[in-house]
Amino acid sequence: MLATLSQLALREVRLAWRRPADTLGATLFFIVTGSLFPLAVGPDPVLLLAIGPGVLWVCALLGILLSLNRPFAQDYDNGALEQLLVSPHPLPMLVGVKLGAHWFSTCVPLILASPVLALQFGLPPHAIGILVLSLLLGTPTLALVGGLGAALTLGLRGGALLPLLVLPLYVPVLIFGAGAVSATYAGLGAGPQLSLLGAGLCLAILLCPWGASAALRVALD
Amino acid sequence: MHNPSTFDAPRPAAARSSWMRYASPALFYPLAGRMIPFFAAGAALLAAAGLYTGLVVAPIDSQQGEVYRILFIHVAAAWMSMFLYLVMAGYAALGLIFNTRLSFMMMRALAPTGALFTFLTLWTGALWGKPTWGTWWVWDARLTSELILLFLYLGFMALQAATDDTQRADRGGAILLLAGVVNVPIIYFSVQWWSTLHQGASINLTAAPSMARIMVTAMLLMVAAFWLYSAAVALARVRGIILEREPGAVQAGGEMAAGQTGPRGARTEAK
Repeated sequence: MLATLSQLALREVRLAWRRPADTLGATLFFIVTGSLFPLAVGPDPVLLLAIGPGVLWVCALLGILLSLNRPFAQDYDNGALEQLLVSPHPLPMLVGVKLGAHWFSTCVPLILASPVLALQFGLPPHAIGILVLSLLLGTPTLALVGGLGAALTLGLRGGALLPLLVLPLYVPVLIFGAGAVSATYAGLGAGPQLSLLGAGLCLAILLCPWGASAALRVALD
Repeated sequence: MHNPSTFDAPRPAAARSSWMRYASPALFYPLAGRMIPFFAAGAALLAAAGLYTGLVVAPIDSQQGEVYRILFIHVAAAWMSMFLYLVMAGYAALGLIFNTRLSFMMMRALAPTGALFTFLTLWTGALWGKPTWGTWWVWDARLTSELILLFLYLGFMALQAATDDTQRADRGGAILLLAGVVNVPIIYFSVQWWSTLHQGASINLTAAPSMARIMVTAMLLMVAAFWLYSAAVALARVRGIILEREPGAVQAGGEMAAGQTGPRGARTEAK
C-alpha cells in the first residue's frame, strides 16, 4: 500500500519534471501577471504596498487554476486513470497522493518565487514571511479543491467551466490568505487567519480526495 | 458502470413503503401535475396579501421612510436563495445515497429558481442600498457571500449544460452542490465573522423581533408566497425533465394511475 502510494507520488513528480515548461507555467504566470500590476496602477510605493497582498494572492490563485487540468487530463487521455480506478487500493487515497504530488511540483516553485515578487511590491520582511506561510497553508487547499473541479469537468467542453466551478469555492482561502498578510500591516497578528487557513486545509484534505474520486468514477463510468 | 435499465425496470408499487412510492418519476408526474395549481394559487393569494400588508397597511419606518418596503421582497428572496440551495443539496445527498432518479431531477429543477431569487436579492438590495447607504454596492461580507452564492448557482447550471450524459450531469452536479454547501453556513455566519456595514438580522428565534408586528406579518406572508411559488415552478420544471428523460415511463405511469388525459400521451409520442 505505502509502496504503491510512494511509487505513484514519484511517478507524478517525475512526469511533471520531464515537462518543466508545463510545470513551471503556474510560477511563470504568477511572476508575469504580478509584474503587470505596477505597470497598470503606477509605481507609487504606498499604493503597491497596499494592494500587494491581494494582488500576489490573486495571481497565485490564477496560476494554480491554469495548471489544474494537468493532474487528470493527461492520464485520462492515455488510459492511466482507468488503471488507477481498477486498482485494489482505495481511490481517495490515490487521488490524494496524486493531488499532493501535483501541489509539490506546481505550487512549491510558486511559493519559492513569491518572496521575490513580494519585494517588488515593497512588502516588509515580516509580511513576506507571513505571505510564504499563508501560501504554504493555502495553496494545498487550492490544489485539492481544484482537483475536485478538474475531476468534475474531466473531458467536458467549455474552457471557462472549470474556473466558474472552482473560483467561488476559492473565495474563503483568498480572503484569509490575503487577510493574513494585510493584518501584519496593522500590527495585528496573522494568527487567526493562518489558523483558519489551516482549518480549511484540514477540511479539504478530509473531503476533497473523496469527492474527486467519486467524480472520477462518474466521469469514467 | 451500472446499467440504467436495471433501475428502470418496473417494480410493483405495493412492495414499496408509501413515502417511497412517489420516488418513481412515472408516479410522481401526475401527482406533481395535481399539486401545481394549489401551490400556484396559494402563492398568488399569499403574495397579494403580503404585498397589501407590506405596501399599504404597514406604517412608514421612522428612520428609513418608504424605502424600507422593498425589504419585504428582499428579505424573503434572500431567505429563499439560501434555503433553495440547501434543498438542492438535500436532494443531491438523497440521490447519491438512495440512487433515486427523481431526487436528481428535483435538484436540477430547483436551480434556476434559486438563481433567480439570488439575483433578485442582489438587485433589490442595490435598490435599497442607494437611498439608505448612499451606494449601490459595498463589499460587505453578506453582499459578497450572496454574490458568491449566485456564482455557485451559475456554476452548477453551467456544469449541467456542459454535460450531455444525464447520469454524469446528475452525479457530478450533486457532488458540486455538496462541496458548495460549505459556503452557505459561511454566508450565514459571515456577519459575526467580519464587522461589517450590513445590519444584523432583525428576526431571530431567541429574542423578540426588533420590527413592528405588522411588518413581520407581511414579511412572513412574502416568505410563504415565495416558498409556494418555488414549489410550483420546480414541480412544473421537473415534469418537463421527466417527460424529456422518460417519456415511456410517463405513459406507463399514467396508465397505472389511470387518471391521465390525452395531450400528455400525444406529447410523449411527438418526442
